Amino acid sequence: MAAVPEIAGALDVLRLRGDFPVLGRMVNGRPLAYLDNAASAQQPGTVIDAVAACAKTHHANVHRGVHTLSQEATALFEAAREKARRFINAASTAEIVFVRGTTEAINLVAQAHGRPRLQAGDEIVISWLEHHSNIVPWQILCQQTGALLRVVPIDRRGVVDFDSYQALLGPRTRIVALAHISNSLGTILPIRAFLDAARKRGITTLVDGAQAVPHLSVDVRALDCDFYAFSAHKMYGPTGIGVLYGRERILESMPPWQGGGDMILSVSFAGTTYNRLPHRFEAGTPNIAGAVGLGAAIDYLEAIGMEHIGLHERDLLGYATARLADLPGLAIIGTAPDKSSLVSFTVEGIHPHDLGTVLDSRGIAVRTGHHCAMPVMEYFGVPATTRASFGLYNTRAEIDALHDALLRAISLLR
Amino acid sequence: MDLQDLYRDVIVDHNRRPRNFGKLAGASHFAEGYNPLCGDKLHLFLEIKDDIIRDIHFEGEGCAISTASASLMSEAVKGMSRAQIAGLFATVHRMLTREGAAKDQDLGKLAALAGVREFPMRVKCASLCWHTLNAALAGSAAPVSTE
Repeated sequence: MAAVPEIAGALDVLRLRGDFPVLGRMVNGRPLAYLDNAASAQQPGTVIDAVAACAKTHHANVHRGVHTLSQEATALFEAAREKARRFINAASTAEIVFVRGTTEAINLVAQAHGRPRLQAGDEIVISWLEHHSNIVPWQILCQQTGALLRVVPIDRRGVVDFDSYQALLGPRTRIVALAHISNSLGTILPIRAFLDAARKRGITTLVDGAQAVPHLSVDVRALDCDFYAFSAHKMYGPTGIGVLYGRERILESMPPWQGGGDMILSVSFAGTTYNRLPHRFEAGTPNIAGAVGLGAAIDYLEAIGMEHIGLHERDLLGYATARLADLPGLAIIGTAPDKSSLVSFTVEGIHPHDLGTVLDSRGIAVRTGHHCAMPVMEYFGVPATTRASFGLYNTRAEIDALHDALLRAISLLR
Repeated sequence: MDLQDLYRDVIVDHNRRPRNFGKLAGASHFAEGYNPLCGDKLHLFLEIKDDIIRDIHFEGEGCAISTASASLMSEAVKGMSRAQIAGLFATVHRMLTREGAAKDQDLGKLAALAGVREFPMRVKCASLCWHTLNAALAGSAAPVSTE
């Protein structure tokens, strides 16, 4: 897994591809070109094996039995928590809450942090380019408390307007919740500036990091955010597991979200004493194997190095942007100067679902639709886009295949 | 998986130049079809007199399959009675879902949609207009979805 330079001195991609069993398969008679990484990234063999080993060798419940398997399962589960802590440079594993994914993390914060505190007239600030999972939990919270949702506008490039953002922060703003990277456009927010502005005013901050963790190194202490949420399956891990980072002082002040086993110290009908952090927010038997798989994904990324991955993906983004630009009628949606490795586009006269079918017939997997960001689609006046999103194992050759398949679609359908 | 079988010439033609496209002034029946995941939207206008569809128009936005299907349907059902449409609906449904072997000659130009059944994710595109037609005939106000 040593990073031997291939493209732009970044990664030995052809060798890394061998780590991912699924990349060897054919789809509709062609080698799979998997360009849907922003939806879910494929898993390397080390992740698959780590998950399987949990079932084959170590399966038991955690934090309970005194028997060997339970101790092993607990040790693996807590070791994964320590890996997650290190991965985002949190101060303590008490700040690493395992959840089902980014969506659950945001709902947890809305309900356990927002609901007890917010009052009618208080304000929550999000941006126009949020994923539905960073919109709807706040809308629910607004309905419950009478708080108001304020939305920072974007411009035609898909850049969140910082001046408007600052103007929206006011005496009633209680929570700022922002995507680190937009899933539909690829815009990378200058998140530190946004967080600094909120922190100066004493506003609680949450970062939706689902699209960021596979592409760049995240340091929650440098960001100085209150919450940071991400999902394992966007970063080459399994589905159904993710992390809510929460600043310890704030987590301590929050009531439990769900009640059940593991989140208690003692229960009697007279009353219950809740467990310490982070277990207070992990009611019920967790996704043990999933957490272990997340730990293996972190090991995999750290062995390659996020900076190498970033370099390679920047090369792919530049290549794809230039290559697709010569296709007649193709318009790239999302042209922020700082972008992650995805290209969202429309092709004049051809609906994204028809494009998706033509591409699939050539083994190319892309996402077509509104990308769970309907306000973004509305802003750009399109019902849907086609999105090719790249990961560490993608190649320029796959982008060439995408280009040729798009040409084919244009000649067939236009 | 044969792309040419899905995007037959008739489909491509009806997508490029949809027939009976636009609003219908004086429509007696109307229904709306909407597949939110796709974003396919369809407004269907009917003029029914003496139980016969005298005229039919549609407008909206969607993929080639949904647009061509609505266009082909509009040509096929013009002049038909409700009972005839019910029979045709059943035949088209069988063709799209392979529940029975609908003979292509029974369907005329609509047979061009037979390739859709090899693409299960696209059946909902082809069937949206037909379910919307049923809703229009039934006078149902709620938008129809096939997702």
